Amino acid sequence: MKIGVRVMPRKEVLDSQGRAVERTLRAHGKNLSHCRVGKYIELEIDEKDRQKALAKATEMCEFALHNPLIETYELEVL
Amino acid sequence: MNKTVGVIRFLGTNCDQDVFSAIKQAGLSPEWVCHQDQFDKSQYMALFLPGGFSHGDYLRCGALAARAPVMKSVVEASRHGTPILGICNGFQILCEANLLPGVLVRNNSLRFRDGWVGLQRVQQSPQFGSDKLIYAKLPIAHGEGRYYIEDDQVKKLFDDEQVWCVYERNPNGSVENIAGVMNENKNVAGLMPHPERAVADFMGGSDGLSFFTSLL
Repeated sequence: MKIGVRVMPRKEVLDSQGRAVERTLRAHGKNLSHCRVGKYIELEIDEKDRQKALAKATEMCEFALHNPLIETYELEVL
Repeated sequence: MNKTVGVIRFLGTNCDQDVFSAIKQAGLSPEWVCHQDQFDKSQYMALFLPGGFSHGDYLRCGALAARAPVMKSVVEASRHGTPILGICNGFQILCEANLLPGVLVRNNSLRFRDGWVGLQRVQQSPQFGSDKLIYAKLPIAHGEGRYYIEDDQVKKLFDDEQVWCVYERNPNGSVENIAGVMNENKNVAGLMPHPERAVADFMGGSDGLSFFTSLL
């Protein structure tokens, strides 16, 4: 089963990448109020059961894929 | 007295030779430790995690190195009371390994900052840096050196005397100008500037030497 992990910077942490992208878009006349940059990770997990696959992905997120001080994550089955 | 100091090398560590040579200059015996090694908690009188770009800074700086096999031994040594100093990327690794509080994120300028900084000591480390060294000039070289910790934890960090030193002028947006911190037991420390790059006058300064000689 394929699981997607969306990792985003926490709102209270200054997202310097998002700010830089936002400035560039604005400088080119694009209308936007805010931009944040995170990352997307695809996990191929050898597991047919949806709940078990999600549990394994959660374990990986807690182990290494996100740092709870600065990031949050969401999972989705692909 | 055991004078053997472990210098841990991860894939992509690149300040290792400088740290190795500074330890030697201080009259101690450096020894390489590979990221896949395991060692006994009392094998080294101190441990250094040098700077660089371990594992290509992939995922988050220090995140993959913090989960390397050698870190199990580093955690055991830290509990044993062994002095451990992480410099630059080494600092990032110790934070990611939860051996130090907080985390280091991208500089607020988004630029790699390279130059000399003035450092003010807030709290003396029992192991690293002589007691006379209340101000030091050291070089920095980092893209992700902005120290971050939640607002409600900053005061606690100062109250618990875990803030080791602060920048005279903030080069990266670190909270409260923090450049170096210690763990609760004060045997594990992290420093963003590079003491190993300032150990002789020809380098532009020698304030960094005492970060190594103080172990004697």
